[in-house]
Amino acid sequence: MMFRKRNALILLVTFLILSLIVAGCGGNKKEEPKKEDTETSEVIKIGVFEPMTNANAAGGAMEVEGIQLANDLYPEVLGKKIKLVIADNKSDKVEAANAVTRLVEKEKVVAIIGSWGSSFSMAAGPIVKENKIPAVAASATNPLVTKGNDYYFRVCFIDPFQGKVMANYAFNQIGAKKAAIIKEVSNDYAVGLAKFFSDEFVKLTGDPKSIVANVDYQTNDQEFSAQLQAAAQANPDVIFAPGNFTESALIIKQAREQGIDIPIIGGDTWEAPEFLQIGGEAVEGAVFSTFFTSEVPITKESEKFLAEYRKKYNEEPSSVAALGYDAYLVIRAAIEKAGSTDPVKIRDEIAKTKDFVGAAGIITLDENGDAVKSAVIKKVENGKFVYQATVEPSK
Amino acid sequence: MTLELFLQHMVNGISLGSLYALIAIGYTMVYGILRLINFAHGDLIMIAAYIAFYSVAIFSIPWYLSFIIAVLFTMALGIMIERSAYKPLRSSPRITVLISAIGVSFLLQNLGIVIFGGRPKPFQVPELFSKVYEIAGVNIVSITFFIPIITIVLLLGLIYLINKTKVGMAMRAVAKDYDTSSLMGIDVNKIISTTFGVGSGLAAVGGVMWSMKFPQLIPFMGVIPGLKCFIAAVVGGIGNITGAVIGGFLLGLGEILLVAFLPELSGYRDAFAFILLILILLLKPTGIMGEKIAEKV
Repeated sequence: MMFRKRNALILLVTFLILSLIVAGCGGNKKEEPKKEDTETSEVIKIGVFEPMTNANAAGGAMEVEGIQLANDLYPEVLGKKIKLVIADNKSDKVEAANAVTRLVEKEKVVAIIGSWGSSFSMAAGPIVKENKIPAVAASATNPLVTKGNDYYFRVCFIDPFQGKVMANYAFNQIGAKKAAIIKEVSNDYAVGLAKFFSDEFVKLTGDPKSIVANVDYQTNDQEFSAQLQAAAQANPDVIFAPGNFTESALIIKQAREQGIDIPIIGGDTWEAPEFLQIGGEAVEGAVFSTFFTSEVPITKESEKFLAEYRKKYNEEPSSVAALGYDAYLVIRAAIEKAGSTDPVKIRDEIAKTKDFVGAAGIITLDENGDAVKSAVIKKVENGKFVYQATVEPSK
Repeated sequence: MTLELFLQHMVNGISLGSLYALIAIGYTMVYGILRLINFAHGDLIMIAAYIAFYSVAIFSIPWYLSFIIAVLFTMALGIMIERSAYKPLRSSPRITVLISAIGVSFLLQNLGIVIFGGRPKPFQVPELFSKVYEIAGVNIVSITFFIPIITIVLLLGLIYLINKTKVGMAMRAVAKDYDTSSLMGIDVNKIISTTFGVGSGLAAVGGVMWSMKFPQLIPFMGVIPGLKCFIAAVVGGIGNITGAVIGGFLLGLGEILLVAFLPELSGYRDAFAFILLILILLLKPTGIMGEKIAEKV
């Protein structure tokens, strides 16, 4: 008996040590430039908070890829090295606030990039505002991220525009007169986008009852058959399903399994390889709006970004990688212009950003701190995201 | 609502309910014998799913072998967890073991992130389980036929094991009294390990079935099934295996029919499960199947 107990103990200890080693290895990579910490004044820290684990992990990972590429290509400003401090917000609003607080208070970053997912950016908003640290969101599209917050900016368009784009697509391209909505109700992005889509769709059809069904689900849900049947029962011509990529892929898959073949369209969050892998054949023909396409490089910086990205990661970049890249460049340029690492001065320079040449287009920030940019429509064809059209914001 | 649509909802409800039932059996069995709520049960589901995924992805073995490997590995892991995290606490108050179980759950989730990574993985569903049949206007995915059958077979097998075999008799004795049964010549440690092995094996079968129905793997995928099936087990009367199956079906059907009849409440689907839990605890704390039979397990 004693022997067994000891055996188990030894097993446990080995297990723990192993896990420590694995964890340690993971940590080491991130903190590689730690040696430089001794010369703190020589390093400028930019914080990055992104979902690296849980539901939205793929989105965060792609954005970080873009940010890291930008850091490789433009590693210095004001003669000092820029160090990225990456914090995981675990796809959770509370953790997002924690991650940003840590970046601000412990890491003393001068600016922050992030986060994929408007909810997380909104959770971080009051913290950056209070501490007067400028933050630039790469792909958070909910208008409330920057509204009433002088310290939050973004390098992408906002959802009122995206909702319009998709409502127009549904009305003009699909010829839909009736639409159903299935949204991730615990996600501020999805709720906002669904509203803007509905408003525009009602305007286009001139029929206040053209949204025939409106059903909800929660983040991390996996079973949607009842919601899908409820939506399909109302006989819509199109289903608009803004939400996270994995849930959305499962929704489309289950819809097809249930024999529902109504076109399903969505928003920018769908652009992740996991959407294709999990959805498989079911997501063929799915259409969504996003920010950028590698098929049509917009600027000189896009070409550089595309070439370097393909070289570094050996794959086609997603929109959010390009936006992460741009967010970094905007902050770096602002630090350079400010000639200082004072966060308030950096903030003032970010606010003045005008005609900035980024990888995902020209960036001019309006009075809310939002970029005004064109949207791109993509469709899943043969297991790939295929560029369909570009929609200008004036429309 | 047309009859066709109602039948479709029923099929969806039974399909989900049988999955809950399958996982709830393992929960309730461990509780029935050891009086321990194994909160790591949900995470064993996750581990099993990843093992099945990786054994196909890396060693490209046929899917049925990968399922067997997943079940065996998870059983071994379950026994190891019991030895290292629960056994040293056997004489401590029950709450200590419960906290240890929660700790194991967190450990497994975070190990999952470190080892498997945070990005979701697509589970390859064999064609046998992903075919769609249309019967009388109702669309049914073939996995929907398999899960209830597997659940019922495992339920019967488990009842047989507990009531008709020597090991089962020993399990029932241990459930009554550790000390006395060890005086009667029962190797309590062996029986408890067996219980955990069987319980973890059930979790593994549940995990593999879960990931075939919802082919998306993340390290936290076990949390929701763990919670829901815990509720199913409590509703059915925790400790009672037949009760767990009834609770599972009730929960699955309830969730689906709630949305079917009241689509405006679709965002509150998860709340339904928890409201059911609260109601059961208020009105009939011992669950549907009651305590009396639970004692027998």
